[in-house]
Amino acid sequence: MDVLMLSRLQFAAATMFHFIFVPLTLGLSVLIACMETAYVRTGNETYRKMAKFWGKLFLVNFALGVVTGITLEFQFGTNWSRYSAYVGDIFGSLLAIEATAAFFLESTFIGVWHFGWEKLSPKAHATVAWLVAGASNLSAIWILIANGFMQNPVGYTLRNGRAELTDFFAVITNKYAWLEFFHVIPASLLLAGFFIVGISAWHLLRKSHTDFFQKSFNLGISVALVFGLFTAAEGHIHGNNLSDTQPAKLAAMESHWETQRQAPMYLLIIPGEDGNVLQALPLPGVLSFLAYNDFNAEVTGLNDIPKEDRPPVALTFLSFRLMVGLGTLFIMVAAFGFLMRNRLDKFPLFLKALPFCIPLPYIAIWAGWTLTEVGRQPWIVYGLMRTSDAVSPVGAAEVGFTLVLMTLLYALLGAVGIWLMVKLAKKGPEDHTPIQV
Amino acid sequence: METLMETGSLHYYLAMIWFILWGVLWAVYFILDGFDLGVGTLMPFLARTETEKRAILNSTGPFWDGNEVWLIAAGGVTFAAFPYAYAQMFSGLYMALMLLLFTLIVRGVSFEFRSKVESPAWKKIWDTAHSLCSFLPALLLGVAFGNIFQGIPLDETGFSQAGLFGLLNPYGIAGGVLFVTMFMMHGALWLCIRTTGELKQRAESMATKLWPGVVVLTVLFLAYTAVSTQLFSNYMVYPVLFVILLLPVAGLVLMRTYLGAGRYWMAWASSCLYIGGTALFGVIGIFPAIIPSNPNPAHSLTIMNSASSPLTLQIMLGVAVVFVPLVIGYQFWVYKHFATAMTEDDLHY
Repeated sequence: MDVLMLSRLQFAAATMFHFIFVPLTLGLSVLIACMETAYVRTGNETYRKMAKFWGKLFLVNFALGVVTGITLEFQFGTNWSRYSAYVGDIFGSLLAIEATAAFFLESTFIGVWHFGWEKLSPKAHATVAWLVAGASNLSAIWILIANGFMQNPVGYTLRNGRAELTDFFAVITNKYAWLEFFHVIPASLLLAGFFIVGISAWHLLRKSHTDFFQKSFNLGISVALVFGLFTAAEGHIHGNNLSDTQPAKLAAMESHWETQRQAPMYLLIIPGEDGNVLQALPLPGVLSFLAYNDFNAEVTGLNDIPKEDRPPVALTFLSFRLMVGLGTLFIMVAAFGFLMRNRLDKFPLFLKALPFCIPLPYIAIWAGWTLTEVGRQPWIVYGLMRTSDAVSPVGAAEVGFTLVLMTLLYALLGAVGIWLMVKLAKKGPEDHTPIQV
Repeated sequence: METLMETGSLHYYLAMIWFILWGVLWAVYFILDGFDLGVGTLMPFLARTETEKRAILNSTGPFWDGNEVWLIAAGGVTFAAFPYAYAQMFSGLYMALMLLLFTLIVRGVSFEFRSKVESPAWKKIWDTAHSLCSFLPALLLGVAFGNIFQGIPLDETGFSQAGLFGLLNPYGIAGGVLFVTMFMMHGALWLCIRTTGELKQRAESMATKLWPGVVVLTVLFLAYTAVSTQLFSNYMVYPVLFVILLLPVAGLVLMRTYLGAGRYWMAWASSCLYIGGTALFGVIGIFPAIIPSNPNPAHSLTIMNSASSPLTLQIMLGVAVVFVPLVIGYQFWVYKHFATAMTEDDLHY
């Protein structure tokens, strides 16, 4: 394999691994801050225990998220140095702002949160929890503005052989970036909801710490339902926007080949790279509606996009289907769980199934990012720079070596991290505050 | 590389300011992560009991994460203010940086993983990982910066590859050894502040023993620098700059004096002065290059040919003016509240 492919694999591995941990950090940090606030407001000891128990899981997850994030910033330089030189003026400054305005806050106060249970008043500790949650989500804004520039570059001019910033306001108000933000954040809350619900269900089934896990379940299921609906609705708006910004991605995710009005959505498609192998069961006009909110609108097909500018169709198509399918399932599961939340003992099978649902939002989020990033290909910056022109002039052997090393290391740490989280989750909350010396 | 700006233009002054800030950021990173890397390196030499290991880990526990962000910030600022230098620095030092990142990853999780299972064997694995992955980043950072001081063989396109073995030249290794020793000293002083009893005595005696080593290595490194790099040329042109060298020298002397007097906070602050002064000495030495090219200085990546556009530099400056004092403010608050001699309360988890 050549350096380009190895570097793409390395970046995909690093981001996907990083993005196992980040969504839970984004969502769970907010929910933990809510638990601490509930404790400060009501004085109910259960809320404090909840913050501590979910907080322990949070810390293991957070550590893995942070350390794998460091690799990403530097990978732009190590593996994509031509990209870094070309758009560093804009992209680099966004990453630097993220570090200065958000990541510092998050990383400084996570230490305080971790070690401050005895040193700070409950009120101060809850404030610190909100600082961590706010900073994590603020960090996501800056990263998504940076990604938004790659998806839909705005506010630049080409000068001195690179993209130079001309309009910072346009960059930070990039509609694409904010549509991503309002999709990713609710999806993260949905994931955190399912995480809490899955673990709570496991304990409720065993009747351990019933009050504790019933409260946790109610919080988790409400959050999952509300934000599941929000994510889906926002996804539709996001799809609308694609028809203007990235028609090739839209066409690939629907495997839509012929430019036409009243474009149908086929319920059954087997995509190929030069046309569909099979398409059947059309719903007339539905694709036009999804793209433009108008059943008669014209939707560009892949045949009208030069071959060298088309993204890989099958992967884009399938990841979109997977994301939407799972998203629908989450809403149904969450709605059922929410309605039956006070009669859960009547549905042992449902409780048994919930822990197995924990991985599903992760898969949906992965699929979403695959759609976003693979669907943008062959561009690293849409319409501006091709991925193949972005790669560093480093040796294939070196990239291959570090790819193998990184994969092994990540697999090992990921396995240990998940094993630890399962162990901590099964152990449940402790009845007293232990001091281990 | 062609020049992006005219000397004396607004763009030029903005880029100069960012060069100074760039140097300061790296210096602050070395000062802050320096002590927790040093503490991690020292752990197997100082801790005998489980409680002492816990104490050593918790002495840096609340701080290391916030400290490491200065690396992200230093990297981010290189990316934002000098994108051509960033592209060169990180792809040119590919292997060294990848290894640095992997060790920092293992170190980061070792803090979190260790306490989660009650098993001596489990704890030993993560303690070993922790100290090894504190030692290696110190070494790799020293090797990387030694190579930057010395110059990297760049070509006319600016891109080149210094393989790992190319980086492990004698001067690079000398930089690595200096960094490791410097950070160990820094870490030992930190432990004098935060620990009590026998552990504190051991940390104090370690610091006392390390001090002459740091002095000798510093002198040798400076001599080696004079022989094998161009770092002193700016100083020769403007001898007044030699005043900068007073910082690390004063830091070294004060460090020993305060250590002897048992004033550990002041001894640690002197060590900060020493590390910051050493970094500043190097940064001034390579000016106006960010990545000097060796043997052909014409290919160097400099302030003038690798800076971002004036607009980006301005916006970044605005961000820095608002947020950096804020960051310093809240990090100072955290140190003030959490960096005291530890009691039993601090030893849980």
